[in-house]
Amino acid sequence: MLSFFRSEAFASALEIFRSQFPLALWETIYVTLLSTFFAILLGLPLGVLLVAGEDGRIIRVPRWLLRAINWVINLLRSVPFLILMIVVFPLTRLIVGTVVGTPASIVPLVIAAFPFIARLAEGSLRELDPNIIEAAQSMGATPMQIIMKVMLPESVPSLLNNATIAVTTVLGYSAMSGMIGGGGLGKIAINYGYYRYQYLIMIMAVIFLILLVQLFQSVGTHLAAKSDKRLK
Amino acid sequence: MIELQKLTKTFTGAGGTVEALRNIDLTIPDGEIYGIIGMSGAGKSTLVRCINMLERPTSGKVVIDGRDMAALPPEELRRARRDITMIFQGFNLLMQRTCQRNVGFPLELAGMNRSEAMARAAELMETVGLGNKLDAYPSQLSGGQKQRVAIARALATSPKILLCDEATSALDPQSTQAILSLIREIHDRLGLTVVMITHQMSVVEQICTRVAILDNGTVAEEGPVSDIFSAPRSAAAKRLVYPDGYEQGAVTFEGGALLRVVFNGAKATMNPLIARMAIDRGVTASIIAASTRSIGVKTYGNMLLGIPGGQEALATALDYLRAVPDILAEEVGPNA
Repeated sequence: MLSFFRSEAFASALEIFRSQFPLALWETIYVTLLSTFFAILLGLPLGVLLVAGEDGRIIRVPRWLLRAINWVINLLRSVPFLILMIVVFPLTRLIVGTVVGTPASIVPLVIAAFPFIARLAEGSLRELDPNIIEAAQSMGATPMQIIMKVMLPESVPSLLNNATIAVTTVLGYSAMSGMIGGGGLGKIAINYGYYRYQYLIMIMAVIFLILLVQLFQSVGTHLAAKSDKRLK
Repeated sequence: MIELQKLTKTFTGAGGTVEALRNIDLTIPDGEIYGIIGMSGAGKSTLVRCINMLERPTSGKVVIDGRDMAALPPEELRRARRDITMIFQGFNLLMQRTCQRNVGFPLELAGMNRSEAMARAAELMETVGLGNKLDAYPSQLSGGQKQRVAIARALATSPKILLCDEATSALDPQSTQAILSLIREIHDRLGLTVVMITHQMSVVEQICTRVAILDNGTVAEEGPVSDIFSAPRSAAAKRLVYPDGYEQGAVTFEGGALLRVVFNGAKATMNPLIARMAIDRGVTASIIAASTRSIGVKTYGNMLLGIPGGQEALATALDYLRAVPDILAEEVGPNA
């Protein structure tokens, strides 16, 4: 056992850990958070549209548009992430200028995450008691006021819970993006562990990913609980 | 004045077409506390939602103060809704806002600036007796308190009409009394028109001046509460006035007359009252059926008395009972 810690493999792993992990960790975190942020920017309005537009309850949305949104969401969600990354290369090149590197991996991550987030948001918003919306309508609220002052604020705890699920999922995807040039812990795990058989490095990267998921989940759960005024 | 003209509402769903309201003609005068009562499924919730266009009538008109509500453009309808506010069985408060911000919400929607809205909200919370709960969240309140907040919220935009959709149905008897008193007090002070939707006759007895009985989407009977209460004509009205089924011809009193006594918050319990009537006036009475309850010192409910003897004894009893405040007494004819 002790001999292992004196072995050359361990020493080199430790060296790689010291030199590579801080940057990789940072890359993973910022890619995850930034991708989730952009995905929310796209996905949340779609979720709102799906709920508020259903049967013209709050806003009138043409039925074909809702159907098209549903179709696109289902389509994007059914493409495996690894394939999606490759498929969106042209778009990535258009936006970022290149398809490799950490910033480039944000594009496929957003494309993969926003349909998922739209569904999560749709679920959160559907939980809201329709009577509360009716009450707001009875007070003369405009559709926009209903969305901004009733639907979204009343759903904050549930939205935060689902945002946490989204962040942890995107974290998983971001590790996968290491396969095709994305940075971060995933890249280290693949480059050293998979290509060079340095399993120790791979395990370290995985442990960090686990810790990150735990961290995001605890923070998210805490924020969701703290924001919920129904429990006190 | 609220005028419903030939109001019809049909719902088309997977199970076919349901006629919730059929050709309703009703006029609700200003300043009235107007009850609309019916069994569940009678269409009363749909009816009240047609008044503020939460439900669009299939045909017919809703005219409020001369304005055809269905013809209003969206912006004007929203403005009109500030004058026709509503409270609900489930309170429907925003759970993530404090009580004060809930009460200020309609003002915020109307574009009032925040500090003014909050000041007015605090005032209204004081009016409904919850001045110490400004920063509480709805989940921290009891049902009765939540309904008070909802009432304060409904009053925020100084409405002319207050619609109450089963406002006391989720409350215990004590809170029900408190909320009804509050509604009456507000009505008396602000002079607004109150429309009370309910399935409980006791609510109508206690607070309403006029009542319409809704049955299967149509108005079965309409008139002053005391009239309908003492002499219900329609089958639907009888079902509501005599929920226990007695008096629908099933009960007769051999050798005397039947008398219905309604305790409308009277400060008298039924037993001493009957006993005193016997002592003071020499009229004995048999209690055929009674359904009363006491809340604090007040008694609510109704009772069926058998008065032996002829018309004279009956007249004496009526005379005696009617002299007691908050008691209604009527002879029940065999065909009533």
